[in-house]
Amino acid sequence: MADLFDKFDPMIRAREALGFVDSSPIDVVMEQIISPTEAVIKGKRTILAGTNNYLGLTFDPRCIKAAHEALDAAGTGTTGSRVLNGTYTGHKALEAAIARLYGAEHCMVFSTGFLANIASIGTIAGKDDVIVIDADSHASIYDACKMSDATIVRFKHNDPDDLDKRLRRLGTDANVLIVIEGLYSMLGDKAPMKELVEVKNRHGAALMVDEAHSLGVFGETGCGVVQEAGVMHDVEFVVGTFSKSVGTIGGYCVSNHPKFEILRLAARPYMFTASLPPSVVASALKAVEILGSEPQHREKLWRNARQLHEGLTSAGFNLGAAPSPVVAVKIDDRDMAVRLWEQLLNNGVYVNLAMPPATPQGLNLLRCSLSAAHTEEQVRTIVDTFERLARSNSVLSQPAA
Amino acid sequence: MSNALDEIVTLIAPHNRKGVAVTASSTFATDLEWDSLTVMDFVAEMEDHFDIIIPLNLLPDLETVGQVADAVNQLIEKKNG
Ligand SMILES: Cc1ncc(COP(=O)(O)O)c(C=O)c1O
Repeated sequence: MADLFDKFDPMIRAREALGFVDSSPIDVVMEQIISPTEAVIKGKRTILAGTNNYLGLTFDPRCIKAAHEALDAAGTGTTGSRVLNGTYTGHKALEAAIARLYGAEHCMVFSTGFLANIASIGTIAGKDDVIVIDADSHASIYDACKMSDATIVRFKHNDPDDLDKRLRRLGTDANVLIVIEGLYSMLGDKAPMKELVEVKNRHGAALMVDEAHSLGVFGETGCGVVQEAGVMHDVEFVVGTFSKSVGTIGGYCVSNHPKFEILRLAARPYMFTASLPPSVVASALKAVEILGSEPQHREKLWRNARQLHEGLTSAGFNLGAAPSPVVAVKIDDRDMAVRLWEQLLNNGVYVNLAMPPATPQGLNLLRCSLSAAHTEEQVRTIVDTFERLARSNSVLSQPAA
Repeated sequence: MSNALDEIVTLIAPHNRKGVAVTASSTFATDLEWDSLTVMDFVAEMEDHFDIIIPLNLLPDLETVGQVADAVNQLIEKKNG
């Protein structure tokens, strides 16, 4: 009999071929967390520029206090599913707060954003239904499709005309759920929300928007791209995560559908996993209140985003999209992307190294994400370090003398 | 009975980086060395060329060019009722 792990040989060879010298992304250990924007890695004080901690709330004293109090009052965990012993007052309060933020009737909280997608997409669309997804969708959306009994169709990334064409081909018989994201996490490009909603309405389909990277980042009260585009009430479902701007872990789905609550009995990734611990719920609740009522964090985040985007652009880098809190630097050569990633880390700047198949169009990316907690000085250091290393590796030409 | 095979072989040509001889028994993963994203983008191209929908659910069973041609033929016949 062959070895079960033989199938991974091509992956093992591909990884070895990447030629990391001192460290690789999966070996990075945060030895000490100094603040939302700094940690000690390999004994070195490092600026964190790839943590999706958009509002910097992980160390907000109010969130920490709320978590402490819940920990003392309700213990370390619920040891149970939401449908058994795992629903505490905090879980209900958190669901109510998110529903209020969106002005929606219903909200369900899940143990991660990944599970929120698996549970809602996979349960809402069944055997006779069709799910139409954007080609650049996150792994959790693709996996939700794999686990669903629905027919799966993919449309060209951010292309309303292509969506229109595919909906037309599908005809009018089946119920269709379209799934898109607000801000795409790899390149930092935003969905053309108004145009996609218009196509959706014309075909009578339902739309789900994953605002994982846009909650707290876009819109007057931070609801996301749907709010910024003014189409919040034209979108049937919004899903999101607490693992980015909310600064903890968990996921949610909001909707105005009158029968939405039945998902609590139908969605297996809601029923057959333990609920979030009370301390996590308490800090998430506090963070949701903060992101809805304190636009100053959002404003600071965008100032930082524009500063980084402008700095890297004028240094001569090729960036993935217009300014947003996700700033992706495209590096043509894969070995060079690996080398620059490692040198950035050795020089005290942590970013994400992203490569195919996790990236669209076969791109190699040094992906930065910003935080409201970054200082102007830190952003300048990120730009300077990128520029210096790219020049010494001849990725950028030397400045004119 | 429609026959999509020849047209599919023509559509593959610009993406045939290795220049392998493409026949009905060529596989996408091994012979053409396409990754899953390339396969999905090619599905979209075939959808537009034949004006059909090829659900992603079919992909696990479509390993060879011939299997894809059979599936496309069936989808064209279904469309034409
Ligand atoms: C678009 C998208 N959806 C869902 C998730 C999953 O979120 P979580 O970390 O809460 O599982 C992520 C995060 O990686 C994401 O980028």
